[in-house]
Amino acid sequence: MRKKEWIAMILAGGQGSRLTLLTKKIAKPAVYFGGKYRIIDFVLSNCSNSGIDTVGVLTQYQPLVLNSYIGIGSPWDLDRKNGGVTVLPPYVDDKGGEWYKGTANAIYQNINFIDAHDPDYVVVLSGDHIYKMDYSKMLDFHKEKAADVSIAVIEVPWEETRRFGIMNTNPDGSIYEFDEKPKNAKSNLASMGIYIFNWEVLRKYLVEDEADPNSSNDFGKNVIPRMLGDGIKLYAYPFEGYWKDVGTIESLWEANMDLLKEDNRLNLFDPKWKIYSVNPIRPPHYTGDTAVITNSMVGEGCVIYGEVRNSVLFPGVQVGRNTKVIDTVVMPKVLIGDNVTIERAIIGLESVIKDNCRIGDGKSKAITLVGENEQLSEGASYNG
Amino acid sequence: MLDYMGIINLNDREDNIKELTYHRPIASIPIAGRYRMIDFALSNLVNAGIQNISIFTQSKYRSLLDHLGTGKAWDLDRKNDGLFIMTPVINNYSIGIRRGDIENFKNHIDYIYLSKQNNVIVTSTGMVCNLNYRDAIKEHDETGADITIVYKKAENCNVDFQYCHALTFNEKGRITEVSLNQGKESLCNISMDMFILKKSLFLDIVNTCVSRGDVGYFRQAVHNSLDKLNIRGYEFKGYLSCVNSIYSYFKTSMQLLDLETSKELFFKNGLIYTKVKDEPPTKYKENARVTHSLVANGCIIDGEVENSIIFRSVKIKKGAVVRNCIIMQNCDIGENVLLRNVILDKSVKITEDKQLKGDVNYPIVIEKKAII
Repeated sequence: MRKKEWIAMILAGGQGSRLTLLTKKIAKPAVYFGGKYRIIDFVLSNCSNSGIDTVGVLTQYQPLVLNSYIGIGSPWDLDRKNGGVTVLPPYVDDKGGEWYKGTANAIYQNINFIDAHDPDYVVVLSGDHIYKMDYSKMLDFHKEKAADVSIAVIEVPWEETRRFGIMNTNPDGSIYEFDEKPKNAKSNLASMGIYIFNWEVLRKYLVEDEADPNSSNDFGKNVIPRMLGDGIKLYAYPFEGYWKDVGTIESLWEANMDLLKEDNRLNLFDPKWKIYSVNPIRPPHYTGDTAVITNSMVGEGCVIYGEVRNSVLFPGVQVGRNTKVIDTVVMPKVLIGDNVTIERAIIGLESVIKDNCRIGDGKSKAITLVGENEQLSEGASYNG
Repeated sequence: MLDYMGIINLNDREDNIKELTYHRPIASIPIAGRYRMIDFALSNLVNAGIQNISIFTQSKYRSLLDHLGTGKAWDLDRKNDGLFIMTPVINNYSIGIRRGDIENFKNHIDYIYLSKQNNVIVTSTGMVCNLNYRDAIKEHDETGADITIVYKKAENCNVDFQYCHALTFNEKGRITEVSLNQGKESLCNISMDMFILKKSLFLDIVNTCVSRGDVGYFRQAVHNSLDKLNIRGYEFKGYLSCVNSIYSYFKTSMQLLDLETSKELFFKNGLIYTKVKDEPPTKYKENARVTHSLVANGCIIDGEVENSIIFRSVKIKKGAVVRNCIIMQNCDIGENVLLRNVILDKSVKITEDKQLKGDVNYPIVIEKKAII
């Protein structure tokens, strides 16, 4: 196989259990976002747009949808003769086999895949974050600093530092300490879970980490602290821009609503950095004679007769007459009847909301979640 | 698999649709917000299970090549067969043969000889419909016709389907006469310019025309053979429209605003495929008011739109009013612009406060990339 300068490994095995009903049958990276996309589209598009042509996607939890969605990678231009996208589930060999025990172990179990491409650098990414980033600039930074490891960091509000892995850095950007979810943070630079490693260095540490029975085989908890202790050169690569880890129903809803804001920093309309996706085969959406749509995003194939305000509609959604959809995320192919009111909700894939239903009471701050393929009979009212 | 190959023949008349065909054939005229005319012919063939499809172009094929790519969007990027594009050949031998599609067929005749399939469907690209060829083929086999022409019993032929061909049948169902529809009668059997026949017969017709040198067009050769060959019709009963003039293009587009029509056209016998552009969903802003319209992806709308078709990546600013219009890809409509009965070709920019009004029967067409 031809030698590659760099390849990417995307960790996409997470369940995202706090997304409850939405991740019952799919892994978190496969969750829908933004009126068209699945979350993993962002990291795959970033790879493709950054010029990475070899990508391993490590799957574990509920991989069926993700596997078939990624396919041979052609939507992201990753169907390549050399490299391209490879889905890497856990496997067995003559010594047995096991599930991916942690983030570092997942990469460790795929050392053969990485070795086959003989890369100088390995980019380790998380498949469940929403952001646009040019990894080639980060690689330039990595080379310029002659670093062994570069970790992308983003400034977070000080009061939220206890939710993140915090990097304490010297003025030149080198990292001297890693604080996992600190109570009293010394810095507000949070790790984004985006790493560039010199493969030689990472390979050695993965083998050592695997041999340590006390390790939980995790990058943040074990590998990075061990590297710091050994005096390996780690640098923090500062990132500015939109970045979101949508771990909960609230944050998923919020991230969708962010797209509707006037000052939204995640520009999906930039032709130079498109977010690719599997496109539905549907005609343009239709707005009926009674439709009112404001401050919303609407996908292809929708048919709208009612009122849609401050909402995100995925492809193939139908909204009946005298129906109000407000502050809501409606996933693909949801059918909403007449005289329905929906406020502050997320409606899962292919659910059917019959006439005269009421979802969300319009008062509470909580987000009402209707799962996938739910059938709400006529006149039902539902708060979550 | 069907023992059929598909030939899409681009020789439609462009005299009445010049404004939209300066740079492109009728086949690549954008339509219905995200498609091009050829998507209907291609998808109908693909949906019947035909996967050896060739497109015989005349000149002006750049936009078509760009649209088709490797044929992936139609699932035609195949190891065996797939999509073939036959551009006109310029050589010394062609002198003496009249211009027409026969010459192009002759120049690429090896492809037709070498194709494995024994039957062929020849179609043009001016007809907008969602058709199930399998039914037509079944009837073709049952009647034992030499050639079956797909047609539609159309009303309103005194207004629509101008310059299409009208078929006359005898009591046994054979076509006895073909004439040009000049709008004298309202009820006609309109030929949809789709021919089902054996490949050997197709080759025979092409070779005969070449050796005699008298007929330039395949369609004309078929129409001349009514007494020699058993030529019959297959009646198509679904929605049909023919785009061969600005008037018919505008009218067809407006018909698609009827949800039942567009449902039939885009879903009935299979989906209509087209090139994907990876646009985000369309964004409606605070002042948007969009009714009775088809809107494609990637638009940013802050104005008022009614009874219109908005293609991909169109921007409509605050205060703008767009009524009865067709706005093609990448157009930019400034603040307080008023457009009525206007067709904007791709990438037109209308600066603020301008007003353009056409007539329902004679919409204004603004040329590609114009800045007003």
